[in-house]
Amino acid sequence: MKPAPFHYHAPATIAEAVTTLARHSVDAKVLAGGQSLVPVMAFRLARPGQIIDINGIAELDYIRTENGKLHIGALARHAAFHQPVEPGPLGRLLATVVQSIAHLPIRTRGTFCGSLAHADASSEWCATAATLDAEIVLVSARGRRVVTASDYFKGFLVTDRADDELIVEVLLPLLAPGIRFGFEEFSRRAGDYALGLCLAVLRLDTSGMVEEARIGVGGAEPFARRIPQAEAALLGQRFDKEYRRDLVRAMTRRALEKCLA
Amino acid sequence: MSADAPASSSAKWVGRSIRRLEDRALVHGQGQFTADLPADLNVRFVRSPIASGRLKHITLPDDACGLVAGDLVDIKRIKPMLHRPDYVAVEQTLLADGVVRYVGEPIAAIIAKTAAEAEDQVESTFADIEETVPVVSIADALAANAPRVHDWTQHNILVEGRVDTGGATDGGVDAAFAAAAHIVELDIISRRQNAMPLEPRGAHAAYDKRTGRITLTCSTQSPHVMRTAIADLLGMAEADLRVVAPDVGGGFGQKMMLPPEYALVVHVCRTLQRSVAWIEDRRENLIASFHARDMRVKLRAAFSADAKLIALDADIASNVGAYSGFPITCGVEALMGMAELPGPYDVQHYRCVSRGVATNTCPMAPYRGVSRPVITFTMERLMDTAAARFGIEPTDIRRRNLIDRFPYTTATGLTLDDATYREVMEIAVRELPLPAMRERQQQLRREGRYLGIGFSTFCERTGYGTPAFAARGMESTPGYEIVDIAMDPSGNVTARIGAFPHGQGLKTTLAQIIADEVGVAPSQVTVIAGDTDQTPYGWGTFASRSLVISGGACLVGARKLRAKLIRIAAHLMKVSPDDVVLEPGLAKARSTNQSIPIPELARTAYHKAHLLYGVADAGLSEQGFYDPPGTFSNACHVAVVEVDIETGGVKVERFVVVEDAGRLINPMIVDGQIHGGVAQGIANALLEEIVYDSQGNILTATLADFLPPTMSEIPRFELHHIETYSDATITQAKGVGEGGAIGAPAAVVNAICDALSPFGVTFNEMPVTPQRIRAALRRRSG
Repeated sequence: MKPAPFHYHAPATIAEAVTTLARHSVDAKVLAGGQSLVPVMAFRLARPGQIIDINGIAELDYIRTENGKLHIGALARHAAFHQPVEPGPLGRLLATVVQSIAHLPIRTRGTFCGSLAHADASSEWCATAATLDAEIVLVSARGRRVVTASDYFKGFLVTDRADDELIVEVLLPLLAPGIRFGFEEFSRRAGDYALGLCLAVLRLDTSGMVEEARIGVGGAEPFARRIPQAEAALLGQRFDKEYRRDLVRAMTRRALEKCLA
Repeated sequence: MSADAPASSSAKWVGRSIRRLEDRALVHGQGQFTADLPADLNVRFVRSPIASGRLKHITLPDDACGLVAGDLVDIKRIKPMLHRPDYVAVEQTLLADGVVRYVGEPIAAIIAKTAAEAEDQVESTFADIEETVPVVSIADALAANAPRVHDWTQHNILVEGRVDTGGATDGGVDAAFAAAAHIVELDIISRRQNAMPLEPRGAHAAYDKRTGRITLTCSTQSPHVMRTAIADLLGMAEADLRVVAPDVGGGFGQKMMLPPEYALVVHVCRTLQRSVAWIEDRRENLIASFHARDMRVKLRAAFSADAKLIALDADIASNVGAYSGFPITCGVEALMGMAELPGPYDVQHYRCVSRGVATNTCPMAPYRGVSRPVITFTMERLMDTAAARFGIEPTDIRRRNLIDRFPYTTATGLTLDDATYREVMEIAVRELPLPAMRERQQQLRREGRYLGIGFSTFCERTGYGTPAFAARGMESTPGYEIVDIAMDPSGNVTARIGAFPHGQGLKTTLAQIIADEVGVAPSQVTVIAGDTDQTPYGWGTFASRSLVISGGACLVGARKLRAKLIRIAAHLMKVSPDDVVLEPGLAKARSTNQSIPIPELARTAYHKAHLLYGVADAGLSEQGFYDPPGTFSNACHVAVVEVDIETGGVKVERFVVVEDAGRLINPMIVDGQIHGGVAQGIANALLEEIVYDSQGNILTATLADFLPPTMSEIPRFELHHIETYSDATITQAKGVGEGGAIGAPAAVVNAICDALSPFGVTFNEMPVTPQRIRAALRRRSG
């Protein structure tokens, strides 16, 4: 359980990081929290020749609100979300979801953007990003582009990120006051990878009708995604806990069946 | 009053929960483990990626320093022996010689300055292996014309025991079945596990150029056994090998066996005359250390119309992996299972065939409880299944069948000493209390929630000496313990023991036993263990033996020391020895009320020996020896679980243990033993499972796949004790190291079955995973 030999780079700026990344491309891996990368390197399942450690790039270490969006920098650790990072429903949502991510020592190192880069099907943050239509900001020596979550996740551990691109930040839309959310996850033990998880976000009008519904499911398919059929069925319905539960169960089952078909 | 001080001058140390003397160093990070020692060289092993095949050639990297089997021709093969006609003695070379028999088998050793460099060279080693068809499961191995793991053998059965109580007068087992009102049949499966000590295995060998001796520091439960075994294999004088077990981070049976890797490390050190280490990593430990359990029991049981068990007919098979381990052999699971299956239940008609079966999988070691978690699971599932058949409470059927007269001779000839098989269950029923739990269960069911209550009653054979091992036909019969006990001129006591505590708190409990005998405090007693140069020969710590046997030897030795102190005191005070009593810190003459402080007696014994001419030899050294027949502790475990029928998730809500371990030397330490054992038992029932595919590849090689429990899965325990003082041991203490792990699996699974009884779903297989629960519920709902 010792990694294969590799070259180590510790850039101090984004520009330096993406230049190094461009030079090595497919042979390089970016090290942020290392909570997925380091174990697979220890097992020699991954053997990158170049490790680009971005932990020294101070300009990537932030979480801030700007123009109605939460900007999450590449060095923001999971543990930063334990307390709401903003006063609205989004801060509470992230503080709820983070409780299911692994264990405390892992949360103090692992990063939000790193989870999206790894793109595990069971990742809580990937499901969150998919449900809320996150924007992933990618920078390379070639320039900068923004990809929405629905275009970003492509398959099991496969994303739209090119080998020379660095995720510098992820943007989540702030949620209007009054928006409700529910998060459920099942795993064998506390802190394990989810076998299945679901994040539901609803906006109700004053009469209790569903105006907007987002339902994201993880762990059931190669990557997390919104379940539009379930969302559509909820729109214009009176908010009904029993019905919602039945619906999500049915949608999750159908998603699983599709996955195995 | 501090918990660490005596309550009064007449208070005994035995029976009190004093703090563990061991813990100060451990909680301050001052523990010393094998991996803490620096080494000149590190060894990493090339391991077979193939379960079964002919090893044609190994190509080492050009610049590598490596060893293959051909380099080890002068080293003997590991050949554990059972002297039984049904035992097939297979041999094992330190590195695979021409044939590979399991994934993970060492086929070459690479030696480099650092472990990382050695791993790079391991990766660049090429092994040319021609694959042959493996046998992985018990069924594969027993099939007609199955490939044989060792091609010279007739079949894959390495050991086969049979018992049949016959019946010259009453027709025996068959007649009992013919007369039965109900016959219950069960197929029990306990899947494979890894004991998974927190510290994996590791060995460090250092060469002393001055003497030519080698010191092997290693993570083991049995340092003396390692010394004898490795000296035998390498053809060394045993005096040239010192084995030191420093702090050891758990063993649970996995570290009582001889790892071929340890012998190889000593060989490399002896050859290169430099210090060499091999520190196992977690992946190696999960794949290739020693595995555990993996048993099947096919059981038929005959009951009379009043739900009394009248006969048992069992077929036990234990998957022993590719080799037989030293010293305990591959017969341990099968033969113990056969001898002890009836457990705490009164049944005299018993037939059993029990086999140890070789497969192309990792070899096995006994794991906390050995086969008893499985046979207890078998008997407890039997009781609950039969209770359901008779329409009575699980506690009722146990009341009708638990043994309540002692001593009791079992169908296999074991003597059950005084115990409380029924009483512990009745206490558990009261503590729950059961009627209230049943009411709550009904109420929750109306809300669509499924609560279950599961009982497990069992007895645990502990502290058995040489006759028990000889009865199994073992060539080496562990059992006795020797203790060298000495008081120094300052009045402090040192006890050198052959047992080897590695987390059990034995240094504290032995100090309590000795302190009461010789008038000192436990903090004045130093227990030395784990160094073959400093301790008398002993068998180490396993099989819930050390407190009973080493504790007994300490009591014998301490009583001799006490007698000598009294003789000296009587002489100095010019009274009869009968008149002298030892109290904390002093010897007192009852008639004259004179007293002498114990340190003064001790100083006299060494420095004024001339005063004792003709009365006592100089010095205060004695030896204690103890080799007991064995004793049975017993307990009732009750699990209360809630099953989420949608997800298959199981939450253990309550766990009640009522234990009778005889006299409790330190109740807090007993509680700790039960806590750890029950946690492992819950993991056995719900979580841990090593999975091989049909080609013998291991699919659970990381801790993301093999799931030991975390604190979140373990409930708060509710423990109760009663103490039955049996005369089977001189301390009146019974062993308690394994009971938690033995009783808990059955209690948890019985509780799950109870919770799901409205659906008619039962489980006779462990672990009961969410997937298995959902699959069973899906089958029921069509």
